[in-house]
Amino acid sequence: MGLSALALISVSALALAGCATSNDDAAAPDADSSAIISTNGSEPQNPLIPTNTTETGGGKITTSLFAGLVSYDADGAIENEVAKSIESDDATNWTVTLNDGWTFTNGEAVTSSSFVDAWNYGALYSNAQGASYFFDDIAGFSYDADSELTGLKVVDDTTFTVELSSPEADWPLRLGYTAFMPLPSVAFEDMAAYGENPIGNGPYMLAEEGAWVHDEGINLITNPDYDGVRKPVNGGLDIIFYATQDAAYADVQGGNLDVLDAVPDSAFETYADEFGDRSVNQPAAIFQAFNMPYYLEHWSGEEGELRRAAISMSIDRAEITDVIFQGTRTPATDFTSPVIDGYSDALEGSDVLEFNPDEAVKLWAEADAIAPYGDTTFDIAYNSDGGHQAWVDAVTNSIKNTLGIDAVGKPYPTFAAALDDRSNEKLTGATRAGWQADYPSLYNFLAPLYKTGAGSNYEGYSSTEFDTLLEEGAAAETVEDATAKYQEAQEVLLKDLPTIPLWYSNVVGVWSESVNDVVFGWDSVPLYFQITKG
Amino acid sequence: MLWYTGRRLLQMIPVFFGATFLIYFMVFSLPGDPIAALFGDRQPSPAVIEQLRAQYNLDKPFIVQYLIYIGNFFQGDLGTTYSGRAVSDVMAAAFPITFRLAMLALAFEAFFGIIVGLVAGLRKGKLFDASALVVSLLLISVPTFVVGFVLRLVFGVQLGWFRTTVSGAAPWGELVLPAIVLASVSFAYIVRLTRASVADNLNADFVRTATAKGLSRRRVVTVHVLRNSLVPVVTFLGVDLGSLMVGAIVTEGIFNINGVGGTVFKAIKLGESSTVVSFIAVMVVIFVVANLLVDLLYAALDPRIRYAK
Repeated sequence: MGLSALALISVSALALAGCATSNDDAAAPDADSSAIISTNGSEPQNPLIPTNTTETGGGKITTSLFAGLVSYDADGAIENEVAKSIESDDATNWTVTLNDGWTFTNGEAVTSSSFVDAWNYGALYSNAQGASYFFDDIAGFSYDADSELTGLKVVDDTTFTVELSSPEADWPLRLGYTAFMPLPSVAFEDMAAYGENPIGNGPYMLAEEGAWVHDEGINLITNPDYDGVRKPVNGGLDIIFYATQDAAYADVQGGNLDVLDAVPDSAFETYADEFGDRSVNQPAAIFQAFNMPYYLEHWSGEEGELRRAAISMSIDRAEITDVIFQGTRTPATDFTSPVIDGYSDALEGSDVLEFNPDEAVKLWAEADAIAPYGDTTFDIAYNSDGGHQAWVDAVTNSIKNTLGIDAVGKPYPTFAAALDDRSNEKLTGATRAGWQADYPSLYNFLAPLYKTGAGSNYEGYSSTEFDTLLEEGAAAETVEDATAKYQEAQEVLLKDLPTIPLWYSNVVGVWSESVNDVVFGWDSVPLYFQITKG
Repeated sequence: MLWYTGRRLLQMIPVFFGATFLIYFMVFSLPGDPIAALFGDRQPSPAVIEQLRAQYNLDKPFIVQYLIYIGNFFQGDLGTTYSGRAVSDVMAAAFPITFRLAMLALAFEAFFGIIVGLVAGLRKGKLFDASALVVSLLLISVPTFVVGFVLRLVFGVQLGWFRTTVSGAAPWGELVLPAIVLASVSFAYIVRLTRASVADNLNADFVRTATAKGLSRRRVVTVHVLRNSLVPVVTFLGVDLGSLMVGAIVTEGIFNINGVGGTVFKAIKLGESSTVVSFIAVMVVIFVVANLLVDLLYAALDPRIRYAK
């Protein structure tokens, strides 16, 4: 029964992909197909091994160097790359068929083993890969011992099967994430050396051995053998590492940099005048909020629910995004992001995210009737090295003025210090929280943060209703059904408010006069392959 | 003098151990788990964190960590960064760049500072002197990052005379503008030091004697006034070399220079003890040697100074 429904998933994804590619502008006639595009980046935290690259500095590079089973288009829809098809009739057992003719840049063919071996490497306990948890739903995965992914079976060179430990209808959605890239066999001989000079199968490759100069940048050139959906129309990419966004911005102004995907705060007011239609300001897959721990007095039970709603309604998000962020944030209406398929601004109960001082005062008084709040100070913890002070002060002022309680920001010197108190349950009040999606899916915004006992659920939220809806969504037979369940799950969150959603970060980027066709992807990274220059 | 130099060099040993121990302890005492912080909001499984902590010896008590570090240090192994790079590689990349920047800045501030200071001192109370005082006061009171931003905007973005930032290899030519920014405050101090010293020495007995002997004004000024006036300036330059090498964080940030200041700053934020301590150890040696050179220069500048046995 599920067969046809599931077959539809890949079809609809392909259809979407078809739309997206046909929208692409044809390259300008005078564009130089050998031109090198320069763009900003940051020193990767680890050697460039896909399963150990979990931050944006390295992710930007591995995405260009590798082609996985699928890749994401500008809207976050998947398009097949190495995969010919990814099919399942029960959402648990998947059969992956590969296209013929893909090779790594050292000439080795991309086969089923390239994927299976790479995934096994990434998942193995003793390899301590940062992205190992992405494989935890494949049968055989273990968090505390070396164990082979028994759910992965090579059928032949172009076919392998995957057995998940529980059904997941939108499992293929995650396969464009860097953790799922294939590796050539040479990688396993010496992974550290491979990570310095990675050999991939993506649209770009290293310009030469040692093209990655640490702390300076990396030079990529077009991979002539690449024949996927991201075929470059330029000659290569110079990714220059910047310690500050401000220096990168000056370089675009001074003509030393073609594309910048992060405008510094100091230029929020001026970048639009200066760059005009050579700039972009659109929501990104980044959700920002603050959390109230359940282990604190006043913040659990019925009293907590009332107080959480009161706090949420006492914040004037529209004004803060406008004044502090100059419109480079978008007020939140759910717990995900507008760039994700399934985002909604009309969830039941989302009016709790609107500024409503009268209702806030009323709810706060009701909570006081249960147990008086007294003159306890309400604080929001944040790391002072991350540029958070301005909005924290604005939010606490908004709360103070509406509810008449004492509200302040509580700065920690570093992210590490703030994280320490969070994970040891030592907070004295709320804490800033944020999430950037790894792959475009509602599930990725919800499960890691609010599921009972989940890795990043520090503040102790636990709701059977939410957990059940999440599991039902994961096991749903179609993506549409899954989305409906995830939206319902968010309606539970809107009632409980384990986190107070604030806004979505926008990607604010600018580019120089010499480049054209700059489009930013769902993950706030420009689609480099389609940029033309000359 | 050999004896004196040897004694001074021996003093480096306790300074080295004291400084590395203290710095290591300070980095160790930074709040929070540096490994967990590497991953930001997106925490991997606790097993991954545990293994990484063990790999970097962070699961051991402080004194054990320090002894392991020192033990490896004397075998030429400075440890690795959290990204798996050898700290010695990081140093080999950062120090030459910072050294070039510091040398340029030092040359700039010494050359122009002494000339302007000398002329101002000789024409005390005149227009040139007054303007030199005003300009140096301005440079001292305006923070470096303002000077840096303004110069980058004017000469980099608007006029296009210099590159807005320095490219990866940081050739000498591209470092000129950053060196001017870096030197600006010290330049102002040197102008003032030289000026005051020259003005003082003009009234000294030995200058009057030299003039009375009938020496030319030029000879009096260069050999007698200037040479004696340089003692405090050289002291300042010696100390300044150290701060130019470590203290260039702001300038390095503005011009995206991959130097020592920025590297150490990043390592402190990450809680990367081996990187911080290794860099500091080299800085300590540079400081001590620079000060030793300054002390030895005193004798050359002022014949009245002798080194006690």
